[in-house]
Amino acid sequence: MFRKLALSAAAALALTTGGAYAAGEGGHTEDFSFSFEGPFGTYDQAQLQRGLQVYTEVCSACHGLKFVPLRTLSAENGPGMPEDQVRAYAAQNYEVFDQEEDDYRAALPTDHFPANDTVGAPDLSLMAKARAGFHGPYGLGLNQLFNGIGGPEHIASILTGYTGEQRTQAGTTLYENHAFDGGWISMAPPLYGDDVTYADGTEATIEQESKDVAAFLMWTAEPKMMARKQAGFAGVLFLTVLSVLLYLTNKRIWKPIKYGKKD
Amino acid sequence: MSGIPHDHYEPSTGGEKWLHKRLPIVGLLYDTIMIPTPKNLNWMWIWGIVLTFCLALQIVTGIVLVMHYTPHVDMAFASVEHIMRNVNGGHMLRYLHANGASLFFVAVYAHIFRGLYYGSYKAPREVTWIIGMLIYLAMMATAFMGYVLPWGQMSFWGATVITGLFGAIPFIGESIQTWLLGGPAVDNATLNRFFSLHYLLPFVIAGLVIVHIWAFHTTGNNNPTGVEVRRTSKADAAKDTVPFWPYYVIKDLFALAVIMIIFFAIVGFMPNYLGHPDNYIEANPLSTPAHIVPEWYFLPFYAILRAFDSEVWVVQIASFVTGGIVDAKFFGVLAMFGAIAVLALTPWLDTSSVRSGRYRPSFKWWFWLLVVDFFVLMWGGAMPAEGIYPYISLMGAAYWFAYFLIILPLLGVIEKPLPQPATIDDDFKAHAAKTGGTKTVADPTPAE
Repeated sequence: MFRKLALSAAAALALTTGGAYAAGEGGHTEDFSFSFEGPFGTYDQAQLQRGLQVYTEVCSACHGLKFVPLRTLSAENGPGMPEDQVRAYAAQNYEVFDQEEDDYRAALPTDHFPANDTVGAPDLSLMAKARAGFHGPYGLGLNQLFNGIGGPEHIASILTGYTGEQRTQAGTTLYENHAFDGGWISMAPPLYGDDVTYADGTEATIEQESKDVAAFLMWTAEPKMMARKQAGFAGVLFLTVLSVLLYLTNKRIWKPIKYGKKD
Repeated sequence: MSGIPHDHYEPSTGGEKWLHKRLPIVGLLYDTIMIPTPKNLNWMWIWGIVLTFCLALQIVTGIVLVMHYTPHVDMAFASVEHIMRNVNGGHMLRYLHANGASLFFVAVYAHIFRGLYYGSYKAPREVTWIIGMLIYLAMMATAFMGYVLPWGQMSFWGATVITGLFGAIPFIGESIQTWLLGGPAVDNATLNRFFSLHYLLPFVIAGLVIVHIWAFHTTGNNNPTGVEVRRTSKADAAKDTVPFWPYYVIKDLFALAVIMIIFFAIVGFMPNYLGHPDNYIEANPLSTPAHIVPEWYFLPFYAILRAFDSEVWVVQIASFVTGGIVDAKFFGVLAMFGAIAVLALTPWLDTSSVRSGRYRPSFKWWFWLLVVDFFVLMWGGAMPAEGIYPYISLMGAAYWFAYFLIILPLLGVIEKPLPQPATIDDDFKAHAAKTGGTKTVADPTPAE
């Protein structure tokens, strides 16, 4: 657990030294609240669908999701979209290169989300697990025990962390961002509010859109999270019962040895 | 197998006699499982079974993972994602395997420090200790190579840094590094050989475990008093011991079940807590992570490696004396391997005639300081090598060596040990009486 903190030393230092964040060093992860936090947290299907919408209409212009099969959008423990809707979504939004036809064709549910490296933006499939927040205190990583690893919180923090300042460095425009390590990020602010129109009537504020897409990216990174938690819960429950039985067995068989009595 | 007198297996039926004449395997298993075991073992003696379980868990989950994994630089990362997304129960298999490595090391460190406290390394158990150290080394090699297989950023750069250590050896280092990597840099050849060895070494470990058990079944288990089981007669031995089955099998299984509760909670609810986020980024030889940090179980030795930079006076002296052949980098490598070497040499460094730390009043303090030192080094290894951290690591490294090379040899001479119980039975009765009828055997706090 100790090595946790060392992860992103800049972020760890920024937190342990305090004040560094105020000085514009960045690396601050806001503790947004998500439905999937904690041992019993689950994905909010409506939120994942809203996040998919934000991803499709905004993020996918530059980013890809190459490890995520489109068919998994119908996963019950995920966005849970009807299969025909998934088929329509794939066909309408993405084209993939077909080796056999030697040409591009509309995407099918069996295809993955396409990769996208047109502007060198990182793939987002695993982004929610490839970033962390809540380092510390003192590089001990204990904060993560209580707040979680902080991946989706970090993504939402980045999306809401722009200050509006920008500068040009070696021909690249950098944008000031509280959440980004170093405080300056090369991604232009992607969200301005009302970038999408949610079908369920949710107001599309920057924070709402950020949280929705962060939740969606947590799902793309960890699609089996709910099955995992269920397995973990079953395991803990089973082992607890087993422990009690073994405890009683152990106590009983040692009794004559310890107290010299037969039973 | 054991030197402790006890009843051996006698074949009774015709079939058993037939088999026993040709292959005494039932007798071997019987004598192993029924071995007389000191009856005063405390809760720190449960780690052996936890370790055996870990090895089995890693081998079983690993074999299934291999069925779906592709050891190729272009496909390894994607194949791990395939396991996580498409393979039935694949995410659980992988998380069990990844966190299983951590449990393995938690257990091995507890096991080693238990041995250090109770003097389990002392005569006549030096061979058990040495075999144990070989197992520990093989575990570290296996864990390191396994961490490379997902081919994430930390896999790649960890492999680059660690194999680079061999490059620090004067004259022949670079050739050794190239030979290990199968080329000038970490690449497909490296991934393939690490995969091959990662599959092979666990079976070597399994073989060593059998020898480890064979060795301590020959000498008999140590116990919290360090006093030997009486071997004068079968009756005397029986007073000091209980058969391993069922007494310790059930006790150990209970402890294992409790540990598994915590383990399953971690796997189920926070499987990435002990992992590094950077390893969810595919390996990229063109982009170096800001901080390359090994897994937590290597951190104490990583701290020792980094502690000796060119500003430390011993490094400067070594460099001066050898005409620059031993530079700071090579010194760090020597220190890191030396830190493990002194651990392996403990049986000959400890001069005390008293085995158990329980009866060594000053030793206790130094021992617990070593435990604290281990955690400080672990923390030091995780922190960036700047500011005050290298000094903390250096002090930690200095104490590590001082404990084994100065304190252990001296203490044996100057320390006045406390009286020890005459027999294990005396100790057991004293403890059983102390706990009375109210407190149960299953007190989960490790004694001492």
